[in-house]
Amino acid sequence: MGTMKSPKGLTRRELLSRATAAGATFVVGSGFMAANDAAWAAELNSLKPETFATLVQMARDIYPHDHVGDEFYVVAVKGYDTADAAEGIEAGIAALNAAAQGRGHSSYLGAGWERDRVDILRGMEDSAFFQQIRGGLVTGLYNQKAVWPLFGYEGASFEFGGYIDRGFNDINWL
Amino acid sequence: MTAPFDLTDNSVVVVIGTGAGGGVLANELAQKGVSVVALEAGGRYLPEDYVNDEWESFGQLAWVDARTTSGDWRVANDFSGLPAWIVKAVGGTTTHWAGASLRFQPHEWKAKTTYGAVQGANLLDWPIDADEMDPWYTLAEDKLGVTRTGDRPGLPGNNNYLVFEKGAKALGYEQVHTGRMAINSDDNRDRTKCQQTGFCFQGCKWGAKWSAAYTDIPEGEATGNLEVRDHAHVSRILHNDEGKVTGVEYFDKDGNLQTQMARVICVAGNSFESPRLLLNSASDMFPDGLANSSGQVGRNYMRHMTGSVYAVFDKPVKMWRGTTMAGIIQDESRHDPERGFVGGYELETLALGLPFMAAFLDPGAWGREFTTALDAYENMAGMWIVGEDMPQETNRITINHDVKDQWGIPVVNVHFDDHPNDIAMRNHAYQQGQAVYDAVGATRTFPTPPYPSTHNLGTNRMSEDPRDGVVNKWGQTHDIANLFISDGSQFTTGAAENPTLTIVALAIRQADHLAGELAKGTI
Repeated sequence: MGTMKSPKGLTRRELLSRATAAGATFVVGSGFMAANDAAWAAELNSLKPETFATLVQMARDIYPHDHVGDEFYVVAVKGYDTADAAEGIEAGIAALNAAAQGRGHSSYLGAGWERDRVDILRGMEDSAFFQQIRGGLVTGLYNQKAVWPLFGYEGASFEFGGYIDRGFNDINWL
Repeated sequence: MTAPFDLTDNSVVVVIGTGAGGGVLANELAQKGVSVVALEAGGRYLPEDYVNDEWESFGQLAWVDARTTSGDWRVANDFSGLPAWIVKAVGGTTTHWAGASLRFQPHEWKAKTTYGAVQGANLLDWPIDADEMDPWYTLAEDKLGVTRTGDRPGLPGNNNYLVFEKGAKALGYEQVHTGRMAINSDDNRDRTKCQQTGFCFQGCKWGAKWSAAYTDIPEGEATGNLEVRDHAHVSRILHNDEGKVTGVEYFDKDGNLQTQMARVICVAGNSFESPRLLLNSASDMFPDGLANSSGQVGRNYMRHMTGSVYAVFDKPVKMWRGTTMAGIIQDESRHDPERGFVGGYELETLALGLPFMAAFLDPGAWGREFTTALDAYENMAGMWIVGEDMPQETNRITINHDVKDQWGIPVVNVHFDDHPNDIAMRNHAYQQGQAVYDAVGATRTFPTPPYPSTHNLGTNRMSEDPRDGVVNKWGQTHDIANLFISDGSQFTTGAAENPTLTIVALAIRQADHLAGELAKGTI
């Protein structure tokens, strides 16, 4: 876990620690965390593991991309794992679980179908907690440079001389 | 070498703001031998400083000082603290603009006469017309190096344009081309040729796009007649007992309050900051703010009728490659009330990167309807709608005394309600834009709501009669002879065209007039 090295030589803990504030520039080594790897739980600073797991699922349910691995959602919400933020997040997730139980599920994670979890979220989408998480994800998820290639987005091209000789008008299906 | 002027030098012209209006005016005056102190609230950034990363660049360049919003426009809900996407830097929003450089159509100078009475609209004819502006437009096009004017060729079309063009022609549109752009299309100019890099909104790292930051500002400084002070935030305009303005107070880069004396003051802080400054300069003599005997300061705020249309196809487009806005359909810019609204609109290609697409495609949206659109980002094409909106007295900038900026100065509240004409025009444009893409086989289209405003106009409008507006046909305030407005806030109406070329043409013309009056000693 903590000793596992990313391709850039940073530990996972160091990588995660960089994903602090929404809107920051994220530096994430590719493949540093497998999609089914729940080992991040041991690296939590302030949030309970089940709280963080629920938060990650909530993040995926808000902005579901089936071709985007859990590691990107983990990075997107890891900034909430701080002493300052933990109390609000714990309370928000507790409310989320209570809402799930009100709909007959054991918990939010206990709702097996995405549509059931989305129904729970729709019921609380005007809450400050939901809007905090959703708003933070807009930058926290989509501003990760490592996620861009998964959408085909190429980012900056200046260092490659732009696209003047690299396909700015290469469309071939019109 | 830049000219240093003393704070007590009351012979200088003080220009507040260094964008398309103030930056050009400062240089033009300096070229004519007039001593100018330009005060710019932001810092200095040049092409080597620009960042091709949407959020990082936003953090570097955007004006994010506190503002508040109200009204039924969706921006007040989606971006309540950010009514405008404009720049705080030397060169102002000319670092961010996309380069579209269109002249007003002749009838648009006479909106009231052409459109007649429109209920709820505060329409007015400009006190100038197309013939008056023609030579100034030519000077502006030459200064900016506008493609498809003079002997300058058009830019090549990128992937986003090629999709747009094919759909437009399938619909029968005829005025379709890669735009009149202040972006160099060949190597025979002062600036580099466009390298099709994208990121036109983040400052052109090649310097291919015209920006006052690296053209007019250094040219003016090279004359020895222009001093540009950056990080200088003007908080108040001072006047004497005769009602003439005498100088300005500003916070310097260390946060110290300074006073610069002046012979003439030209305000060019964009359509929020310019009226804010006039209103915050209220005094016993001018209790409603400077130059406000008409009560029109801050009123008639216009932001263009805008919106976007994005579309997804079954194959890649890669719209982000190449010039951001080099593509236009002009057929709908005509005045044709048969469509159910007065005035017209342009359709222009537009691309956002993935981070901004996530923020702007449908602000606040979530779930699979939203994320499946982003899943197809690579297959997306996009266009922007820009049309004439109706001036309304109640769409206005007011001072919000409950909120203060970092210097303790009350901020502006921006109130905007769409006029029924704006809504009818937007709906027509959505329909046409979606039809353009459907004609090329779009599998899904998105009528995307307006972003925070980039075209902010009209809050110190030009009028023949002093009762109808704030400035006369030279941008000189009706009330105070040595106080001028030099930015888009002097627009009487907005027309359908992107405003920068007109702001620049008006600034060149104002400089010529002002230098003449100074030489004659009439001001």
